[in-house]
Amino acid sequence: MWKSMKEILQGKIVIRSLSQTYDYEVREYNHDFNRVGSEPSARGETVDAVYNTVIAEHRTRYRITLAGMFLRRQECSVALVNRAGLPNRRRQSNICQRACFNSFTEISATEQTLFHLKGTCERSRDRHKPRSRDGSNRSDRNVTTGTPSAGTGALDQTPAGTDPQDDNWAETTTAVTGTSDHSLSQEDLAGFAKVIEGPGPLRRGRLARLLPLGLTLLLGLLVLLTPLAFLALPQLLWADRLQACGTACEGLFLSLAFKLLVLLLAGWALFVRRPRAALPRLAVFRALLALLTLLLLLSYWLFFGVRILDSQDVNYQGIVQFAVSLVDTLLFTHYLAVVLLEVRQLQSCFSLCVIRSTDGETRHYNLGQLSIQRAALVVLERYYSDFSVHNSALLTAAKSRTAKYLADLKVYSVDGPSSDGAASQSRAKMAAAARHRDTSHNELYYEEADHERRVRKRRARLVVAVEEAFTHVRRLQEEEKKKPPGDVLDPREAAQAVFPSMARALQKYLRTTRQQHCHSMESIQQHLAFCITHSMTPKAFLESYLNPGPTLQYGCGGPQALQWTLVCEASVTSPLRDGTEFQLRNADFSLVVSTKALPSLKLTEEYVHPKSHKFVLLLQSETSI
Amino acid sequence: MFQRIEIQKLRDGDNLILGFSIGGGIDQDPGQNPFSEDKTDKGIYVTRVSKGGPADVAGLMTGDKIMQVNGWDMTMVTHDQARKRLTKKNEDVVRLLVTRKSLEDVVRQSMMPH
Repeated sequence: MWKSMKEILQGKIVIRSLSQTYDYEVREYNHDFNRVGSEPSARGETVDAVYNTVIAEHRTRYRITLAGMFLRRQECSVALVNRAGLPNRRRQSNICQRACFNSFTEISATEQTLFHLKGTCERSRDRHKPRSRDGSNRSDRNVTTGTPSAGTGALDQTPAGTDPQDDNWAETTTAVTGTSDHSLSQEDLAGFAKVIEGPGPLRRGRLARLLPLGLTLLLGLLVLLTPLAFLALPQLLWADRLQACGTACEGLFLSLAFKLLVLLLAGWALFVRRPRAALPRLAVFRALLALLTLLLLLSYWLFFGVRILDSQDVNYQGIVQFAVSLVDTLLFTHYLAVVLLEVRQLQSCFSLCVIRSTDGETRHYNLGQLSIQRAALVVLERYYSDFSVHNSALLTAAKSRTAKYLADLKVYSVDGPSSDGAASQSRAKMAAAARHRDTSHNELYYEEADHERRVRKRRARLVVAVEEAFTHVRRLQEEEKKKPPGDVLDPREAAQAVFPSMARALQKYLRTTRQQHCHSMESIQQHLAFCITHSMTPKAFLESYLNPGPTLQYGCGGPQALQWTLVCEASVTSPLRDGTEFQLRNADFSLVVSTKALPSLKLTEEYVHPKSHKFVLLLQSETSI
Repeated sequence: MFQRIEIQKLRDGDNLILGFSIGGGIDQDPGQNPFSEDKTDKGIYVTRVSKGGPADVAGLMTGDKIMQVNGWDMTMVTHDQARKRLTKKNEDVVRLLVTRKSLEDVVRQSMMPH
C-alpha cells in the first residue's frame, strides 16, 4: 500500500515536471506564433508553410509530453483500482484515493489546456488557409476518463474539437470502451443479474419433482406388497385349517413370482426413472393411471377382506389364484400405461412449424397426439440439435443502420436565429428522414455487397492459411517410430505448434462474420487437436467455422440458457389441435410454434398385368432396291 | 399431276436391281420424311436414285411419291410390302405411277388464269 502511495507521489512529481516543460513549450509556441504573424514574408516563404513548420515542431514536442502524461495517468488509475479493491485500512486508503484524484485533476487540467492550445493552433491555421472541412465526427468518443468515478466531472468540460484527421492525437487519447481491462461489459452484468435470480425457482422445482416421485414409490410398494399379503395373511391367521395344495399351487407361486418381477421392472422403467425435463403442469395421463391402479388395489382389498378374511376361506388354491389374477390385472394396466404414454404419440398426425423470432429460421416437425407441454418438450429437444446457434451480434447490425444515420444528422440554421428553434429543427430532421427512406435501399444494397466481398476475401485468406498450416503436420509413420526425424508431439502440442500461423486469419474471419464470441481460443485449439488426431483435411477443420452449427455444438451457455417459458392461450395439458399456437420464450429470443393437422390421404389401387407392356417401334428405314 | 415411269430392271448376277431407295410406309414414322409436304403422309417415297441406274435412266427423281406399282396401290402399304412388290423376281419391268411436288406446281401454274 505504501508502495502504491509512493508511486502516486512519484507520479505527481513527474507530472509537475512534465507540466513545467509543457508551460515552457506553451510559452515558446506563443512566441513563435506571434513572431510569424508579425513578419510573414521575411524569407519569401508563404505564410502557410511557416505556420506549418512551427506547428509541426511544437507538435512533436507536445506528443512526447502528452505520451508521458498518458503513461503516468494509466499507472495512477491502476493504483486507484487496486486501492478500491482492498478491504481494510480505510483512512489510509482515503488519503490514497484523494491523492489519486488530485493527480488526476492535474493531469486532466493539463490535458485540457493542451487540447485548448491545439484547437487554437488549428483554428489560426484555418483562419489563414481557408479549407472546406466536412463536419468532424464530434461524437463523445474522445472524452477522457480513466475510471468512471474520477474527478473529471468537477472540471469544466469544454473540449475543443479534436481533429479526427490527425491520427496520432487519437492514439494518445484515452477513450471509454466497452471491454477495457478494468470495466465490466454489459454481458457480464446481465449474467450476474441472472445468476442471482437463479436459486429461487429451483427450490420450488425440487419439491415439485420429489412429490410425484414419492407418491409413485409408495404406490409401487403397495403393488408389490398386496399379492404377497394376500398369500401370507391366510397362512398367518388360520394356517391350521388351510387345505394343502399341491403342484398346481407351486406352479401358481412360480408364475406369481415371475409376473411380479416383470411388473416391478416395467413399472420402474416407465414411471420411476428420472424424467428428462420438468413439466410446468401435472402430467394428466400419469395421474389417471395412478388413480386407476389405486382403485384396482382398493377393490381387490375390499373383495379380499369381505370374501376371504371375514369368511376365513379354507381353499388356499382359490386364494392363490385370486392373488395371481390381481397381478394379471396389474400387468394389463401397465400395458395400458405403455400404450398411453409411449405408443400413442408415435403415429404422427400433426405438423408443427417452429419459427425463431429473431432471425426467422424455420423448421417443420411431425408429431403425434400429445399434450401441449409434451409437444413443447419435443420441440425443444429438436431445437438444440437442428437449429443453428443464435447469434445476437448479427441482428444489431441491421438495427443500427437507420439509427446511425439519424444520429449523425445536424441541423444548421442558415438564415439566422429563427423563432421556433426546436420545432424547425425537428421538422428538418423528419424531412431528411423521409428522404433517407426513399434512398435507403441503395445504401443497403451497397453495404451488403461490400460486406459480402469482404467476407469472401477473408475466407480465401483463411482457407489458404489453414491449408498451409496443415501441411506442416504429418502423422508419424510406422517405420519412423524407431528413429523419429524430429520432435515427436502428441496432438495437443502439435495443435499448439501449428495454431499461431493460422490464428490471425481465423480471428479476422470470425470478426467479419461476427462469430468471435462463439469460439474461444481454447475451443479452437481443442478442435484443431481433434482434427489432427483423426487425420482430417483442412476443409473438415474449417467446416465448423464457415457454417454455424447447431446450438448443442457450442455447449449449453450457462444455466440461463436452459430456462424456457411456455406461453399459451389454451391450457398446457390440453391436447394438440389443428391451429394451436404457442410460444417458447428464452432470455434472448422466442420460438413460435403453430400446428397444422396432417391431411388424411386416400390411397387407391390399380392393377397392372405384367404381360401388358407392349411397344411399337417408329422407324424411318430406307431400303435400296 | 402424275407421271408414269417404266423401269427396266437390270440383271446383276442373280439379282434384279432397280437403282433407287425407298422410304416410308404405314409402319414407319411419317414425321421424319424429308420429302413429304404433309408430315402425316405415310406413303412410299423415293429417297435416293443412283446415277446411271435403271431408275435414273427412266426419269425417276428423288422425292417422288410412288402411288402405284404395276397397278398395285402403294399409298397404304407397309415398308416391307412395298419392297416386295417392287422386287418381284419374275418381273423384268415395273411401271410406276409417281407424283412430284414440282409437277404439281407446274400444273397449278399452268392452270392459273394469267
